[in-house]
Amino acid sequence: MSKSEHHGAGLPAPTEREAAYLSVLASPDFQELRAKHRNWVIPATAGGLSFYFLYVVMSIFAVDFMSQKVIGNVNVGLIFGFLQFVATFAVTMAYVRFADRELDPRSAKIRAEMEAEGLA
Amino acid sequence: MIATGLRAAATEQIGNTGLNIAIFTGFVALTLIFVIRASRTNKTTADMYTGGAAFTGRQNGFAISGDYLSAASFLGIAGAIALSGYDGFLYSVGFLVAWVVALLLVAELLRNTGRFTMADVLSFRMQERPVRTAAAISTLVVSFFYLLAQMAGAGGLVALLLNVTDKTGQSLVIAGVGALMIVYVLVGGMKGTTYVQIIKAILLIGAALLMTVWVLAQYGFNFSQLLGDGAAAGASLEPGKKYGIDSLSKIDFFSLSIALVLGTAGLPHILMRFYTVPTAKEARKSVVWAIWLIGLFYLFTLTLGYGAAALVGPEKIAAAPGGANSAAPMLAFELGGTLLLGIVSAVAFATILAVVAGLTITASASFAHDIYTNVIHHGNSPDGKEVKVARIAAIVIGIVAILGGIAANGQNIAFLVALAFAIAASANLPTILFSLFWKRFNTRGCLWSIYGGLIITVGLIFFSPAVSGAETSMFPNQDWSWFPLANPGLVSIPLAFALGIIGTLTSSEHLEYKAAEMEVRAITGAGAEGKAISH
Repeated sequence: MSKSEHHGAGLPAPTEREAAYLSVLASPDFQELRAKHRNWVIPATAGGLSFYFLYVVMSIFAVDFMSQKVIGNVNVGLIFGFLQFVATFAVTMAYVRFADRELDPRSAKIRAEMEAEGLA
Repeated sequence: MIATGLRAAATEQIGNTGLNIAIFTGFVALTLIFVIRASRTNKTTADMYTGGAAFTGRQNGFAISGDYLSAASFLGIAGAIALSGYDGFLYSVGFLVAWVVALLLVAELLRNTGRFTMADVLSFRMQERPVRTAAAISTLVVSFFYLLAQMAGAGGLVALLLNVTDKTGQSLVIAGVGALMIVYVLVGGMKGTTYVQIIKAILLIGAALLMTVWVLAQYGFNFSQLLGDGAAAGASLEPGKKYGIDSLSKIDFFSLSIALVLGTAGLPHILMRFYTVPTAKEARKSVVWAIWLIGLFYLFTLTLGYGAAALVGPEKIAAAPGGANSAAPMLAFELGGTLLLGIVSAVAFATILAVVAGLTITASASFAHDIYTNVIHHGNSPDGKEVKVARIAAIVIGIVAILGGIAANGQNIAFLVALAFAIAASANLPTILFSLFWKRFNTRGCLWSIYGGLIITVGLIFFSPAVSGAETSMFPNQDWSWFPLANPGLVSIPLAFALGIIGTLTSSEHLEYKAAEMEVRAITGAGAEGKAISH
């Protein structure tokens, strides 16, 4: 694979191969796949991490609240910690479902078209 | 032996040690069979580094769990919960939630754009040689600290497992572990190492499950009562026992929590595992398997930790030669006597051996593939030479790990692992995410972020109370510390991200054509290695 490097602001004209990839990138099919992917994974990651940091911050600053007993000796903090596991498993399953249904068929189609053009 | 309280049982030691050796030898023999069988197909660089990318998602999921659940996870977390209660459990949570980042943002895109190493992805559209050099250095540094922690842990376990208490004897055993690990890597390559990881993951998770059920059975499966007894013994159920002392320790804890959750997706030996499967879909499946296995294991740690506190007692654990790290083995002795102690210690030992082999193969692949072939020989190393270089590198890294492990024997294992996580989160993760999600990102941003993250993290640790100036420091009698936190992540991770952005924007280099190719390939999998096998 040739490594083309571009220096300076003025980009040289793309090679044939580069132009082919640029046209795949600009195609509506690819743009749709890319948007679907990003619009799912970025909010989901942000949500998962926010939930985690909420747990961490509350463990540091809301000690009394987290120490309240709910069932026997099981307190709010432990339930909150357990919910981190539940949330991780839930995000994982939801992502697999989403990727199988929405991402895989679209990426397979684009890949097949690229292979037909001898690009991949 | 593990506890002062158990010393009276000196006559038991002999049978005990013999049993430990027998169980451990059994594990070595079993794994060696797989390694030797795998050696028949360990000829090319692809075999050596990725087992020919021929593993299934499920196999790789078990292997990832094997690579990830190190001695720090098994011995360290159980001990942290037994001594600190709730605060120790935060390790389990952080180590698991980290996989959300790995699954959603990194695993599949990395699989699609790289072939053998982390540097493959980072250098895809950059100026290859400087970026590869930086990525390889970062890989070697992270792997080295991770290796040190595992080898140091081996020394402590040896005292337990084989009843070797003098430093010379322990050093000899550390050397033995290192030599065995070199054999695994040289003979079996990635394929053999992967089988070792799979067997180890099954043994480790099985042992943790057995002990969890056993502990719960002692309490008539009344979890609340177990927690109550553990708390009464000293493993607090409320947050803050360890980290709630003052505002500095609270900040330190927050800093640790960032490194834990962001470090995983930047650990080179975990990233390399994504290349051992044929397609991105299999990479996804393997991470899903890994998340379930790792999640279940970390749930067990809660029972093990409180069980150790309730049944053994925090004071007894803290006073044992291995300190907090001996909680799980001591709990095993309390539950099932010498037999279960033997099994659990052998499993813990196997854990260290497997993780060390995984780290060695990653570090040697990075040296041979990135530095030797691509930086020194511009991608055209003489035929067959790269495999030879990788093998020599594995031997050298093994020897360095043995020497480092002997030097670090008795040092704080959790500190070394946390350091590896902090470096991975600072030096590796920002460049990986920028490469995959930001098309303006360029060579200068990449280099600033890697070297900046590396230097800042290691520097802050060096000047922290973890190294000097406190009773628990590596050098307690000297004091050159000025950075107040033991965990540098809070400072180093945002700085590494910022350096990546500033470096990129101050450089006029635009790489949009290569960025287009990378983006198309990352999401669609077009042109990825092993695509022919996809169906």
